[in-house]
Amino acid sequence: MAVLEILTYPDERLKQESVSVERFDDELRAFLVDLEETMRAGPGGVGIAAPQVGRFERIALVDCSVTRKPVPNHGFIVLINPEITEWDGMKVGREGCMSVPDYTGNVIRAERIKFTALDGYGERHEYECEGFEARAVQHECDHLDGMLFLDRLVSRRNDLFRRKVYQSK
Amino acid sequence: MTHWYMLTLVGKDRPGIVAHLSAALYDGGCNLGEASMMRLGGNFTIMMMVQFDGNISALKHMVEPVAESMGLHLHLDRIEAKLHQHLEPDVRITVYGADRAGIVAHITGALAEAGLHILDMDTSVAGTEEKPIYIMQIEGHAAEGVGALQSALDAVAEKGVEAQLETIDTMIG
Repeated sequence: MAVLEILTYPDERLKQESVSVERFDDELRAFLVDLEETMRAGPGGVGIAAPQVGRFERIALVDCSVTRKPVPNHGFIVLINPEITEWDGMKVGREGCMSVPDYTGNVIRAERIKFTALDGYGERHEYECEGFEARAVQHECDHLDGMLFLDRLVSRRNDLFRRKVYQSK
Repeated sequence: MTHWYMLTLVGKDRPGIVAHLSAALYDGGCNLGEASMMRLGGNFTIMMMVQFDGNISALKHMVEPVAESMGLHLHLDRIEAKLHQHLEPDVRITVYGADRAGIVAHITGALAEAGLHILDMDTSVAGTEEKPIYIMQIEGHAAEGVGALQSALDAVAEKGVEAQLETIDTMIG
């Protein structure tokens, strides 16, 4: 077990696309343990992607069961070769990133998503999630494509009014 | 020895102000820090952290000709400043309503008493000359919790003024 070093932007490697995982072996599972430890070591971190620690494979973890304010969540999720298959709704929310210290910004994400991912044994799972957890999954999947939340910033000053829900007549 | 200065410039808005000013600062050996620049009522306003090796009069000497050429008032302060010290907001308050004197004083007064530390605020007057509306957006830190702010906001909310509070739950990934 080890807390791995987090790459921080402007490290160019964060902008590269990661490759699919092909081997589901003990080495991979040992890496997942280190990756989880690294995620939990970062203050407030609810997700982490392998490229953030310099391993450019399509691996990420999310755990939204530990937030200060409880949110709907699936607990600890391993996302290997994840694929988001459905997106629904849009919402502005605040994001930060362990690879971009001392900055947070507003990003538009889908409110609800469906996605598939493999676990450490190569078994396929399907998930449906919403809100904060859906945001975390989208943020981590972006890392696998070399995207940072900085690539998706929207204005801090505009478009922040909470949308009222209009009752249908 | 390098110092931080706060450079404040205000003048009638026109295209090219930022480009001219920043070129002069760059050519003069300055490094820029955090800044807020916006158009307010037809004026362009700049508040900018500038890092410079020389003293304040040398910096003034450098900026004055550019400011004058663009019709900008110039103000300079030497400041104690550090980068990488952002405080994270955990609450956002949005207020709007028919414009009248006192909205900001009443609402921010009540919120301050309930523990609000304002980190970022901007306001605008929209609508028409006959029917102006006031719009205010605040991001801040709720030192005594969001519940205290909500109660304060409910108590101070007046007829014709819409005030909403929402938490900012930052997702760190």
